[in-house]
Amino acid sequence: MLILGIDTATPQVGCAIGGHEGVLASFHAARGRRHAETLVPAIQFICQQTHIELSEIGAIAVDVGPGMFTGLRVGVATAKAMASSLRIPMVGVPSLDLLAFPARWTDRRIVSVVDARRGEVFYCFYRQVPGGIQRLSELQVGSPRQLCSEIQATGEECLAVGDGAIRYRDELEELHRVEIGEAGNAYPSPGSLVQLAHARALREEFVNSWELEPLYLRKADAEINWQTRAPQTKGTR
Amino acid sequence: MTTILGIETSCDETAAAVVRDGHDVLSSVVSSQVDLHARYGGVVPELASRAHVQLLTPVIAESMVEAGVGENDIDAVAATVGPGLIGSLLVGVAAAKAMALVWGVPFVAVNHLEAHFVAAFLEEPELRPPLVVLLVSGGHTLLVEVKEIGHYRVLGGTIDDAAGEAFDKVARYLGLGYPGGPAIDREAAKGDPEAIRFPRAMLDEGLDFSFSGLKTSVINYVRKHPDVSTVDVCASFQQAVVEVLVAKARRAAREIGAAGMALAGGVAANSQLRTHLLDACEADGLQAFLPSRAMCTDNAAMVGAAAWYRLRDHGPTPLDAGADPNLRIPLTA
Ligand SMILES: [Zn+2]
Repeated sequence: MLILGIDTATPQVGCAIGGHEGVLASFHAARGRRHAETLVPAIQFICQQTHIELSEIGAIAVDVGPGMFTGLRVGVATAKAMASSLRIPMVGVPSLDLLAFPARWTDRRIVSVVDARRGEVFYCFYRQVPGGIQRLSELQVGSPRQLCSEIQATGEECLAVGDGAIRYRDELEELHRVEIGEAGNAYPSPGSLVQLAHARALREEFVNSWELEPLYLRKADAEINWQTRAPQTKGTR
Repeated sequence: MTTILGIETSCDETAAAVVRDGHDVLSSVVSSQVDLHARYGGVVPELASRAHVQLLTPVIAESMVEAGVGENDIDAVAATVGPGLIGSLLVGVAAAKAMALVWGVPFVAVNHLEAHFVAAFLEEPELRPPLVVLLVSGGHTLLVEVKEIGHYRVLGGTIDDAAGEAFDKVARYLGLGYPGGPAIDREAAKGDPEAIRFPRAMLDEGLDFSFSGLKTSVINYVRKHPDVSTVDVCASFQQAVVEVLVAKARRAAREIGAAGMALAGGVAANSQLRTHLLDACEADGLQAFLPSRAMCTDNAAMVGAAAWYRLRDHGPTPLDAGADPNLRIPLTA
């Protein structure tokens, strides 16, 4: 089955096509952050270069985050619209899984870290298993300090990958048991997305286009403010 | 025959419609998020964007089923690209471009303001330019000359709050909830519009508006007179807004020698504004057009219609187009 992968959850825009033969074509642009402008022409380009018609695609894979909300939604909205108009299923893969996947050849614990802005990071722990990676924790959002204490608690050597790991390199390296992944792995790879999604597609782990939702892991500010304010207003009324 | 799927996600309505040849509305589906934003007293951009992602696919599907068209019947896919909330706009633009790519049909970028002007012609094909359109909503207060579809000239606009924004803020202060327009309209019907004389800002100068001072003076008045009847405050406030809107629209029509006037935008549903504008048009011998509530508020039928003219006059929009939250009216005076 041919899979088209779409990834816009971080400052990078990416897409790839692949299947049982592996990744046939992929595109990424890590600078510019013009997700909406870049994505559709990039999909067109990789289809043309591989002589693949969209009608041959069997499933749409998408990076469902966590990541930058506005960029993330461009990819998810594009993927949902493509899947529904092609009448094909979708596979949603978290950004943190995508970061850990290319790092799977290490024996160490892998921690994927995406910069969540406002002094926070999205993160998750993984370990290598035959044929891929396995999550060891929930997908989380927290301060770099929180992440550091969790790494400390594992008592293991860690490989930290992602733009969040690079941004908070100093804090992480201070733990003396963390190596930081290279800058070339700072963003999710659209090729990994297609590979991971292909494996899930073989197991028929599909979702329908109207059911797929982004993973925000953080409420909108207004909701947070409302929740912190609401108990007080109730008390004064 | 050209059948266009239109998508509108510029603010808090998720909408899709199928429109044929710029005037034949085969379906128009609007999923309003009003309840989602009500407790916050206004639209929360992040919540709106999240809801659009969730709602858009089913809304589009419903619009096509309702229109009785299949994917082979769609000749172009259009979306509002601005002005509006950037996060919300991008959801609609992304979906529209994706569908245009899959179906191999043109994508058409639509200016939300132009769509509002075209809405007038959708319900009243007999409408003859030159026309003065008064666009009043939560985000806009504009007086525009429509020379013909595609040719507009801005005659005046607000220098601070939009008219709908003033309604929302006053309603919130009076504890009437959100959205403020319908709430104030309802209360005002029970009150005396002459009870309190609120200021009419810039009434005799130019074609621009200012509503921020009016909002402040309503709040100050209520603070000073806590026992004042709310219905009288609503009626008097509404009267002040409507009087200014109608007076300026009239002056604009006179200045450009318009054949008629049309209302657009959410505030165009205000009963007082409709009555007064109609009276003014009668007095001045102008054709008046007051669109239905469904056509005043944000919808995708107006997007599908505007796209037809856009496609005819300017051709398809390239697929590397994005959204522009500050998009202006095309300056083709
Ligand atoms: Zn509008």
